[in-house]
Amino acid sequence: MAKTEDSLDPEMNQKLPTGGERLIQCLEREGVEYIFGLSGGAAMPMFDALLDSSIKLILTRHEQGATHMADGYARSTGRPGVVLVTSGPGATNTVTGMLTALMDSAPIIVICGQTITSMLGKDAFQEADVTGITYPVVKHSYLVKDGSQIPRIVREAFHVATTGRPGPVLIDVPKDIGQDPCDAPFTDEVFLPGYQVPSRGETQPIAQAARLLRDSRRPVLYVGNGAVISGADKAVTTLAEKLRAPVVTTLLGKGAMDETHPLHLGMFGMHGTAYANKAVADCDLIMSIGGRWDDRVTGRLEDFCADAVKIHIDIDPAEFNKIVQPDVSILGDARLVLEDLIPQIEMADTADWLEQCEKWRKLYPLKYPKQGGLRAQHVLDRLDALTEGQAIITTDVGQHQMWAAQFLRARSGRHWISSGGAGTMGFGFPSAIGAQFGNPDKKVWAIVGDGGFQMTLMELATAFIHKLPVNCLIINNNFLGMIRQWQEMFYDNRVSGADLEGNPDFVKLAQAYGVKGLRIRRPADVDRILKQAHDDPGPCVVVAEVVKEDNVFPMIPAGASIAEMLIEKPKGPLAKPTGST
Amino acid sequence: MSAAIELALPVQPIHTISLFVNNVPGVLVRVSLVFSRRGFNIESLVVSPGAEGDFSRMTVTCSGEHEVLEQIIKQLSKLVDVVHAIDHSTDNSYEVEIALAKLECSLSERAQILQIAKHFKARAVDYGPESVILQANGSSEKIDAMIMLLRPYGITELVRSGKLLMARGKKTT
Repeated sequence: MAKTEDSLDPEMNQKLPTGGERLIQCLEREGVEYIFGLSGGAAMPMFDALLDSSIKLILTRHEQGATHMADGYARSTGRPGVVLVTSGPGATNTVTGMLTALMDSAPIIVICGQTITSMLGKDAFQEADVTGITYPVVKHSYLVKDGSQIPRIVREAFHVATTGRPGPVLIDVPKDIGQDPCDAPFTDEVFLPGYQVPSRGETQPIAQAARLLRDSRRPVLYVGNGAVISGADKAVTTLAEKLRAPVVTTLLGKGAMDETHPLHLGMFGMHGTAYANKAVADCDLIMSIGGRWDDRVTGRLEDFCADAVKIHIDIDPAEFNKIVQPDVSILGDARLVLEDLIPQIEMADTADWLEQCEKWRKLYPLKYPKQGGLRAQHVLDRLDALTEGQAIITTDVGQHQMWAAQFLRARSGRHWISSGGAGTMGFGFPSAIGAQFGNPDKKVWAIVGDGGFQMTLMELATAFIHKLPVNCLIINNNFLGMIRQWQEMFYDNRVSGADLEGNPDFVKLAQAYGVKGLRIRRPADVDRILKQAHDDPGPCVVVAEVVKEDNVFPMIPAGASIAEMLIEKPKGPLAKPTGST
Repeated sequence: MSAAIELALPVQPIHTISLFVNNVPGVLVRVSLVFSRRGFNIESLVVSPGAEGDFSRMTVTCSGEHEVLEQIIKQLSKLVDVVHAIDHSTDNSYEVEIALAKLECSLSERAQILQIAKHFKARAVDYGPESVILQANGSSEKIDAMIMLLRPYGITELVRSGKLLMARGKKTT
């Protein structure tokens, strides 16, 4: 009996692909060009199939890095990023990356190997209940139970990840399904009765919004990530110009309109520009275009635009009334809604208002001390002058991120990539690598702190092997700077768990990976060294040894109202913030 | 033991939600995570196959702040496996629940227990020498009332189905 099967099987299997091969073929049909991943036992059938595929495997040094690369690729190109990892710890290492993608609405597909079906739930080697662990951090997920499901699941996963409000989708593939023959036909159809994708907005609320905008004397357009995702760059600019209204963006909305445009007041919120925050605090109408009224931008909710009319455009109906109760809510894609709204817009009487905003801009410019050592702000200011918005900028999380948001003015969408919602340290460098793969003709700069860089620095190997022109600028103050700043301001300068004494020499570290390492110590060297790295065809690490104890201002303490904004360092001690983290 | 059968008196309003979901593994976890993340306590949950094989019905009663409920309904609707989620807290839907209650009782108490049961149209479905099992059906409020009256006789076990619900007329459940 066994003999007969043995003699029959190879012959039959020759004609049929394995489940792993079928899955990779499905990815090819979706137009996938890169897979970011790290191999392992349970994922071997899929890694084996990659050898015969047109898809290029980017072998990372850690699964977290793979997820951030896929994320950076997705955010910079608008196409989904794909991750392939093994079961157990390989899969759990992707959880942070999926949270990051979920919070910032980035379309990534994470494919994990899993133990064989018959061993599921029996504590097999490298088994983890990955679908169970990841429920709260995915937009949707699948555990493949039968090879015949593979084409449908892959098609659905890409549809769900990339449409509506994008997000991460996980596919868990048991190893037996990966290696058994699979002749399931490809499919282009998606049947998901519980999944709706809003597109155009309804006529009535759009007309109502147009009326309210016309009657407003002090309108503000508050632009969020939804505008970037929907490609609403042009529509936002047209609307602002037609209406003569100032524009402010969130951290992730940067680039939805050219920040050097005269109507653009920059980022608002906790570390936004003072003039953007003053405009928001004083407006009589605020319209969110794909923003979610996050606690980083509203501060104390009861005081946030208390008397202003609020209009909210969002593709996710769950965002309405979540934080604020808008006067008008418009469900739909930001670009499509704006395109329907713009013809109904008449220029509002905003001359006085714009004049007031300009006064604030002059009165409270972003500034930093020019003496007393090398300042992060100076380095970033000069990087803006060098790149002129043509480079893709990614950041990590912390002080350098806020300074970068202040001084690097994004000129167009998908050129500013930062972990906003999750605030994931370690995001900056790998996301730049992913963005570089997706944009071979663009220069990509990662701006990171010394803390976050050390969480994913092993991807220097990935950058080196592929000779990517990606640059990594480390703002090194040998501290977890934002933590130290809070401890200085709100905890009587009792610095706890923020001193990174013992940091390695980052230049030597880069060199150990074969990557060029450059150091900036003096303000006079900034332009020369940035230019040297910028013009280098390979990866460079630039370490800016900045003053140790600098603080980010303006600042609205968490949970405070915009009126309590600190333009510069306060003289006395402050009460502990009441808001979220 | 007695603590276990005491009726939980909710301090927060009770809501009833019906869900029409894909009949796939994991859908129950996805649904219950929406409630737990928002601090809602699920009081009862009934899952059964729908009229068409690929879908299931869930009826959930839960307690929590009314303002949060709107968010919960939206978060449930957002789940890919949830076809629709409807709040029936305020509409006049048909509701029913089944309860089984086991009482340890002496012969002298039995007549009184059966009299209460008769009043609530409950049936005695099992007689033992020192125990009886009652089966009651009707609105959850009616079952609550019967249990309150029976409690002095010593309910040793109580199993309730949780609320089942269907919207009246042509309205969707």
